[in-house]
Amino acid sequence: MNETVILRHNRVDLALHHLRDAVEDDVQALLVLHGLGERTPATAPAWTDGWPGPVWGLDLTGHGASSPSRGGGYTAEILMADAAIAAIHLGTATVVGRGLGAYVALLVAGACPDHVRGAVLLDGPGLAGGGPAPGSPMMVAGAVLPVGPPDPFALVEMTRDVRPPDYALSWVHQAVEGSELDTPLAVAARVRPPWLAAVADSPGVADITLDEALALYSTL
Amino acid sequence: MAESDPIPPPRARLASEPSPDGVDHVFPGARRPDRHRWVESHGLRLSVWEWGDETAPPVLFAHGGFDFAGTFDGLAPLVADAGWRVVSWDQRGHGDSEHPTLYSWEADVRDAGAVMATLGSAPMPILGHSKGGALILQLAESSPHTVSHVVNLDGLPSSRSWPDVPEHNRTRMRQAETTSWLEHRRTAGDKARRPGTLEGLAERRGRMNPRLDPAWIRYLVPIGARPADDGWRWKIDPTLRPGGFGPWRPEWAMARLPSLGMPTLCVLGRELEPMGWGTLPEDVVPNLPPGGRFFGLEGVGHFVHIEQPRMVADLVLEHIS
Repeated sequence: MNETVILRHNRVDLALHHLRDAVEDDVQALLVLHGLGERTPATAPAWTDGWPGPVWGLDLTGHGASSPSRGGGYTAEILMADAAIAAIHLGTATVVGRGLGAYVALLVAGACPDHVRGAVLLDGPGLAGGGPAPGSPMMVAGAVLPVGPPDPFALVEMTRDVRPPDYALSWVHQAVEGSELDTPLAVAARVRPPWLAAVADSPGVADITLDEALALYSTL
Repeated sequence: MAESDPIPPPRARLASEPSPDGVDHVFPGARRPDRHRWVESHGLRLSVWEWGDETAPPVLFAHGGFDFAGTFDGLAPLVADAGWRVVSWDQRGHGDSEHPTLYSWEADVRDAGAVMATLGSAPMPILGHSKGGALILQLAESSPHTVSHVVNLDGLPSSRSWPDVPEHNRTRMRQAETTSWLEHRRTAGDKARRPGTLEGLAERRGRMNPRLDPAWIRYLVPIGARPADDGWRWKIDPTLRPGGFGPWRPEWAMARLPSLGMPTLCVLGRELEPMGWGTLPEDVVPNLPPGGRFFGLEGVGHFVHIEQPRMVADLVLEHIS
């Protein structure tokens, strides 16, 4: 990695890693969000080679070099705020998320349409979350879990957070209403849990490959 | 663990300890707890309070959102004096418990489990008010082997209080909420609660609790707030604020009620007010588990245990004894 910028999100220090310089001027940054349990790779992934702008990667709270939360408390909305702070720092960014990062990319595209110029949703760990409705509850207490990063509570809680399709669609509506783009979201994931199937079928969402999505957003 | 700290963290007083300087800290029928201890929940320090004989059977009380264990100073002594060891804790970010990095429903349930784990392995009754009521429903469903009885005090969320607006308007509302929430997240880490006099803090809280006796709210201030050079400040984490957003729906909590296998008592205040859910008997009764009991208290608001401590204590004792 070339450079890491530490951004403050409330009581968390977020690590935003600069992975690669721009090849062309005047193209927004590509912000890469890792999957559940992952961290930003040390170098820009090969699939970003065609992106003409700079490439950055954010370690979400409890992952990689970002702070964990003692005693847990992770939610997708908090991680969305992580991504929002990174996008605002970069000015404008196209966000590409894997797994959990794909869900976070959807949320931040809806939350910050002025700063997110296209979001691409990819397969990866944590894509399904806790499903479309609450399951039987369980309590993880006193279990011996491997020391992170990633924070074991992030792994526990972000595999149980409920993702109803209509809730996911509400973020699509926000992205479509707030963005200047006709298609502010692109689904390139093969696996389609209920929330993502609903998103992919929604107006304003392109169902295309990763390369096609990057080509689309790099020229808009 | 904090119990071994050379300088223990500050906390509110016990029944055996003096009132803060210059404060006449009394309210008819209210009694501060007999004991206090710190419990660590996965690295987070929780403030735990107890009323009654330490050798008596325990019953766990869970307070509501933006409250603290001291809001049971009216109900808990009545239950303790009937032969119970009443145990409650300041939920994370509330009262004297630590302010964590993050909050979630799952984390609150785990914190409750950490407190219960200090009380032995026998199943015990659990009681919750408002948010605490919804919390104990999940606790009872996730750990039925630890719970003997459930008492829910006006803690059964209903969607009746949710605004029914068209989707296109809802999108705009949500965008405004999101922007406001993100700004709050960005700046709240450096914020502190606004200082004021005891009377000023009571007056502010009274706006959220219009049915409660102002003298009761003044009694709560020296428990839920602490003095500083520039006045009193509420202890609650300034990063917390009412509302927020997420996928959660009130009916998800209600859906836990029918699954409970232990004796269950639900009490609703029938006077609707801003801090309540607007839940009606017809929302609750069809969801009662077999043998479950329901009482709607006419002329009583959301804080049933504060408005009618004797009546609620009698219902609780009859149920758990």
